[in-house]
Amino acid sequence: MLGNFGYIGIFLISALGFAIFMVLIPPILRRSGIVPKKPNPTKSSTYECGMETVGKSWVQFNFRYYFFALLFVIFDIQVVFLYPWAVAFKQLKLFGLLEMLAFFLILVVGFIYAWRKGVLEWK
Amino acid sequence: MEMGIAIAFWVLAAVIIGAALAVVLGRNIFRAALFLVLCFFTIAGIFVILSADFLAGVQVLIYVGAIGVLIIFAIMLTRETQRGSPSGRLRLPALIAGLLFLATMVFVIVSTDWQIVAEIPTEPTTSGIAQALFSKEEGFVLPFEIAAALLLAAIIGAIVLVREK
Repeated sequence: MLGNFGYIGIFLISALGFAIFMVLIPPILRRSGIVPKKPNPTKSSTYECGMETVGKSWVQFNFRYYFFALLFVIFDIQVVFLYPWAVAFKQLKLFGLLEMLAFFLILVVGFIYAWRKGVLEWK
Repeated sequence: MEMGIAIAFWVLAAVIIGAALAVVLGRNIFRAALFLVLCFFTIAGIFVILSADFLAGVQVLIYVGAIGVLIIFAIMLTRETQRGSPSGRLRLPALIAGLLFLATMVFVIVSTDWQIVAEIPTEPTTSGIAQALFSKEEGFVLPFEIAAALLLAAIIGAIVLVREK
């Protein structure tokens, strides 16, 4: 089992290495003299083609977003139950399926309520 | 194998402590939150080398996913985050509380008679946990459905909170 996680470790290390490598390419190319250093205002602008940015990047976000964070947490906790259920799905047979159906039927009430109240709509 | 696990443990432990220190010592609260997420993620790695695959998965799902998102959202919704941490009066009480907590944790770690398995378990634990939770004979069917009711209450609570202006 640890061997399988070893593959995940290899994926993680290669993903990290790739990200670091991409960040390091420009300075390496410039230091080694492959890319000449001739800056001009257009080249060093944040967005070469697009709107000029106004103000700071740090803004206070709308409170409405927090509802989606809360919904995400609730879905996440559902997944904690779904994960072992899905792993042992074959051994649990029909009984396990019915259990999970009942679980979801209870939760669907909440989503019908949310739908009827219109909280999922963006005004 | 043993050697690899030892190396993985020390690397993970170093990353965890480094990330935890970055959370406490960093001036920028958003970066502190990201370091906290890194700390949670590497703790999942510790669970992996302990052969607790279900705990590792849940650690990533709940702590990295849900709690990380909640903390980052909370910071992004707050107005006064750019000034850094403003609290100065509570520094001494916080230090005392932290030291007391540390002493309690160290005492518990040292004095507990830990049960140690001689061999590394080879079977994944998730299937066994599922059997214990969902099976007809010895499972916890009713608590599981009540957990659904609890989540339903959480959904409705979130809706009510958001609708109140």
